Amino acid sequence: MIARTLDEALAPIGDGAMLAVPRESSGAAMAATRALIRRGVKRLHLVTLPTSSLQADLLIGAGCVATLETSAVSLGEFGPAPRFTAALLAGTIRMRDATCPALHAQLQATEKGVPFMPLRGLIGSDVLAHRPDWRVIDNPFGDDDPIVLLPALKPDVALFHAAVADRAGNVFIGIQRELITLAHAAQKTVVTVEEIYDGDLLRDPLRAAGTLPGFYVEAVAVEPRGAWPLPLPDRYGIDAAHLKEYAQLAATPEGFAQYLDRHVYEKRAA
Amino acid sequence: MSEPDFRDEELLADVICRLIGEVRHVAVGAQSPIPATAALLARERASLHNLRKPYVSLLGSRAHSFFTDGARELFDCAGQGRVDVFFLSGGQIDGDGNINLVSVGDYDHPKARFPGSFGSAYLYYVVPKVILFRLEHSRRTLVPKVDFISAPGGSPDNVYRSGGPIALVTNRCLFDFDHAKKRFRLASVHPGHTLAEVIDNTGFDFDRSADVPTTSAPSAETLRLLRSTVAPMVAEVYPEFAKRVFGVTVPIPSS
Repeated sequence: MIARTLDEALAPIGDGAMLAVPRESSGAAMAATRALIRRGVKRLHLVTLPTSSLQADLLIGAGCVATLETSAVSLGEFGPAPRFTAALLAGTIRMRDATCPALHAQLQATEKGVPFMPLRGLIGSDVLAHRPDWRVIDNPFGDDDPIVLLPALKPDVALFHAAVADRAGNVFIGIQRELITLAHAAQKTVVTVEEIYDGDLLRDPLRAAGTLPGFYVEAVAVEPRGAWPLPLPDRYGIDAAHLKEYAQLAATPEGFAQYLDRHVYEKRAA
Repeated sequence: MSEPDFRDEELLADVICRLIGEVRHVAVGAQSPIPATAALLARERASLHNLRKPYVSLLGSRAHSFFTDGARELFDCAGQGRVDVFFLSGGQIDGDGNINLVSVGDYDHPKARFPGSFGSAYLYYVVPKVILFRLEHSRRTLVPKVDFISAPGGSPDNVYRSGGPIALVTNRCLFDFDHAKKRFRLASVHPGHTLAEVIDNTGFDFDRSADVPTTSAPSAETLRLLRSTVAPMVAEVYPEFAKRVFGVTVPIPSS
């Protein structure tokens, strides 16, 4: 359950896998992302719940992504995500534009074991027009009430970073409850954590209410500051200086290669 | 003419705060520092005057969000009509209130690409008061017709739609959205800007009265609230913005 190394924990994420990751503010497994790039993972179908920032941009820039399913990729206050933007302008990845609640709903469908979920909105948008896999039906319980159906989305692996896990693989996720949906929906879930909690997270109801049971967890690896340079809720903030450096370097392919050399291929202690 | 003693961002936050009005729940999405400032200002102003304080949910905030059901709760809340006000922007916005957060040119071979639609393709339909904001007011951003509709300004009668645009705030002016006519109407021009300039820089047709007022400046009380109370709160989610506009820095939490 607790992997000896990060690479061992990441073994389930093979070439061509559908990999689902959470938004930046819920705990992105950045040390794991750098390890995947070092390993040279390829042709990922990357699903973000529901958006992403540096994590998606790095994976795209490093050539790890074939298909991207997201409602937005951006560096937020640090500007557009440069490698995402370049890849879309060059047409080098397959893009499935979504909208935030659609991704939540599609994973909730899988969580419930049903083939689809309905969602309001979307009708008349070009988001819907470019998603032949989404359908509009007439609400069978209504009268002339068109509504969109979204197919269940079944990731091979979910990957995120959290504060603590216990030795049974129970992971404390606090109020980042979409991480539970993510894990329920994925075939396998890999988690990196700051530290191991010596005890049973399911024992105390206060902790248990914010805990993803180890039942859903394939592997846990300990990676202190494993979300760096992105924030970890209630633990640490974003490394603004680093994000600025990234935004500047990643503006060109040469600069991005320099960034990878400096921060990804040279494994550095954070 | 003397230099104004407030910043553009403070004027815009004040304008947006007045548009919010008295409501129960104001939610703010990603990349929205000025709406976040306005939402917190609305709450602090209500608090100061012993009025009912709105609940404020800032995406990405721990201190200013009550959600406990994860990132989906905002959307579930909105779907039930429990979000009264939300804010959307666009790389392009057109005269029908359509917004484009995706691309310029052909979708499959874009000339420019934006981050993506975020929650707009849903929230625009279900939040009663959606306030559009786009700081760059130019013919590049305010266009006759958007290249990609992330979310439409209006829908056919049979499409479920409890929400939509009420206004568009730019760096030059405030437009109201007239639901009956499905058109923007120029409501006021910001101090230091002119009607001719607004007309020159707007790519879509809009209505206006013969005499368009100037947007009123923020009061001393508003500026004090913004600078002393709201700015440190905004810094939690938008540290770069808070530093640039208000000169406020917050200590970076250590681990």
